[in-house]
Amino acid sequence: ESLSTPSNTPETTRGMVQDPTQFDVLVMPNLYGDILSDLCAGLIGGLGVTPSGNIGANGVAIFESVHGTAPDIAGLDLANPTALLLSGVMMLRHMGLHDHAHKIQKACFDTIREKKVLTKDLGGNSKCSEFTADICRRVQDLD
Amino acid sequence: MESLGGPKWWQQASRSVSISASLSRVESPPARADATFKVTMLPGDGVGPELMTAVKDVFKAGDVPVEFDEFHLSEVQNMASEDKLEELLSSMKNNKVAIKGKIHTPMEFKGELASYEMRLRRKLDLFANVVHVNSLPGYSTRHNNLDLVIIREQTEGEYSSLEHESVPGVIECLKIITRAKSRRIAKFAFDYATKKGRNKVTAVHKANIMKLGDGLFLQCCAEVAQLYPKIKYENIIIDNCCMQLVQNPYQFDVLVMPNLYGNIIDNLAAGLVGGAGVVPGESYSAEYAVFETGARHPFAQAVGRNIANPTAMLLSAANMLRHLNLEYHSHMVSDAVKRVIKQGKVRTGDLGGYATSDEFTQAVIANLAV
Repeated sequence: ESLSTPSNTPETTRGMVQDPTQFDVLVMPNLYGDILSDLCAGLIGGLGVTPSGNIGANGVAIFESVHGTAPDIAGLDLANPTALLLSGVMMLRHMGLHDHAHKIQKACFDTIREKKVLTKDLGGNSKCSEFTADICRRVQDLD
Repeated sequence: MESLGGPKWWQQASRSVSISASLSRVESPPARADATFKVTMLPGDGVGPELMTAVKDVFKAGDVPVEFDEFHLSEVQNMASEDKLEELLSSMKNNKVAIKGKIHTPMEFKGELASYEMRLRRKLDLFANVVHVNSLPGYSTRHNNLDLVIIREQTEGEYSSLEHESVPGVIECLKIITRAKSRRIAKFAFDYATKKGRNKVTAVHKANIMKLGDGLFLQCCAEVAQLYPKIKYENIIIDNCCMQLVQNPYQFDVLVMPNLYGNIIDNLAAGLVGGAGVVPGESYSAEYAVFETGARHPFAQAVGRNIANPTAMLLSAANMLRHLNLEYHSHMVSDAVKRVIKQGKVRTGDLGGYATSDEFTQAVIANLAV
């Protein structure tokens, strides 16, 4: 039993830090969303692994990763593609391509779970291309 | 800063000592003081009254020389009126120090945009809210050994209670940021950091979006920072700040921010060390000090069930005793609370235990080194 059901944003913030499993879907205005989405990204590993989508009317949508441009590692094959890849998965779902979305998401999660080819930000030593190649291999195996 | 110092001379006037002694600055008092300090008490709603009982019981057992002037002001219990507010204010003006629970703000709009809680803050000009985020020894959380101070401007900003519906279905809400109040809170933060020997002050804002409002706040913080060359000054955007707090809170020391962000960060930080039941807080004006919990939540679901955690209120009461220069009694209370938590045998539900509020309070009393 949740003794302290949050009834406003500050309490929700506290609840999110203490026991995020009490929440499922949250809807909120602009500023709170900005704050809470970053907070929750922090809880799951940061902006490098957090996907997002912007949905408009008539099916118009833009899916994007919300991390920075990381100029210090640009062009060095070191970046973690997870955030953008999972945003792509969201996009496939939006388009109704659920099978493809499921396969790619599973492959991505399995690669991360195995911990053999992780990029530096996830604690590994592999390159972006190696991480990606592993996911591609799994996707092909799943076919 | 005067409001952080010891008791004012007019508090000394209530002591039965000679005139010359009352006019001079008080030296460390003996373990048993000659007379009592008068403190205003406002139990508030929800579990407030239960927590106040815990404070009174512990003070009585520890022979603490404090006398409480109790007031009951509540919007939800229909005990709110202008007269009551005035009575409370005049008691505050006499005593200068208060301890309080939260006055619950009903969600429905009853014709007055500012809640009693806000109006009290404004009338007493309690502009600075300070929340101490300290990990409790013996109670493990994801991040241990935390020691943060969160300073929040709490009289303007998003809580200015200025809203209007210019067109049906379209509400405009005004967020007010003034140079005077921003400088005031920034100066408070740096003075606080100086007095407590802290190294860094970080301003939290969203000036990339609210360029004029938060931009002004940020500018004021930067200006005041220049007067304190020994203290490092940084700034961080509110969303990134929340993320950093859950990933690596150790990078922060003292944080200063406007109203809404302060409310959010107070609660977030309370969650990091164990929840609303363990974090003490206080509010200051130039003349008054009000001691309360850090995360202000009436916790209505717990009323009468004897399950609320008295830790936050007891630690805040201990801070109040330090403010009154009753160092010995302050340590006595806070040490007892920390000892009970460290032992881990008597813990309330929010910390994973099964004890009632009363059992916890009794355990604290048993641990008072009288």
